[in-house]
Amino acid sequence: MKAKVYVTLKSSVLDPQGKAIQHSVELLGYKQIIDVRQGKYFEISMNQSMTSEEAEQAVEKIARDVLANPVIEDYRVEIDNV
Amino acid sequence: MKFGVIVFPGSNCDHDAYHVVSKHIGQPVDFVWHKETDLSGYDAILIPGGFSYGDYLRAGALASFSPVMNAVKNFAADGKFVFGICNGFQILCETGLLPGALMRNADLHFVCRHVNIRTENTATPFTSELEPGSVLSIPIAHAEGNYVCDDETMNTLEENGQIVFRYCDESGELSSDANPNGALSNIAGICNLDRNVLGMMPHPERACEELLGSNDGRDIFRSLAKAVSMAGAGV
Repeated sequence: MKAKVYVTLKSSVLDPQGKAIQHSVELLGYKQIIDVRQGKYFEISMNQSMTSEEAEQAVEKIARDVLANPVIEDYRVEIDNV
Repeated sequence: MKFGVIVFPGSNCDHDAYHVVSKHIGQPVDFVWHKETDLSGYDAILIPGGFSYGDYLRAGALASFSPVMNAVKNFAADGKFVFGICNGFQILCETGLLPGALMRNADLHFVCRHVNIRTENTATPFTSELEPGSVLSIPIAHAEGNYVCDDETMNTLEENGQIVFRYCDESGELSSDANPNGALSNIAGICNLDRNVLGMMPHPERACEELLGSNDGRDIFRSLAKAVSMAGAGV
């Protein structure tokens, strides 16, 4: 079983790295790009002894307590049963 | 009176902090490895600058899960003094001992130079030897010093006098030009509600000798030593 965790900056938080990336993209000629926000992506593998409910609970907690800083970031968890 | 300097893998200002306590404050001090869980022998804990765990994930994030940080939380809850400098400030925010977070500098540069900071509150154990409003020249060296918090936290910090230092110009005026990293409200250092935990991005331990360009940092350590000795005397 695999979990995917997406960590993104809260919309209220400025993202200077995203702005710098946006600027570089504009230099390539893509004038239609109006915003770029940078985030983090994690893949977490678990052994099969976990039920998908247990996995979801565990990964939620890992995302909340470790992967994201709730002061500045939001997160989203996806569980992949394959 | 005994000081402890916490050492994480990647700490690199631990020896500077140790040097200042032993030489300029003249007090006994130990290095404390991050796997330690007992801080009962100490009166004040310094969390030094550096790049704990290589700044992986977020600056200070992984260090906040080191075994010693549980002991630091209990130590702070007992009212004892905890002082985080630079990466130490980042770790204290990640641990939740101080509110808010330190983000990437607004201009994305690593900034390493002397800056001026204004003393906003002298009624803390870390600033009692300073004059209100006094301007200190202290070096900074960081890429993640851009302090952020939500409006509610900001109001709480203001109302309770928890903002201890702000970036300013030579004359003590606050301006965006004097702000090296984009920090909200020019915040350079804050304390907790009980005033026994301080975090700051500038490095006072690098400003304790004229030879190094400034000795303005000494009064912060002198204040702390005074507070520790008063606490020890039960005052």
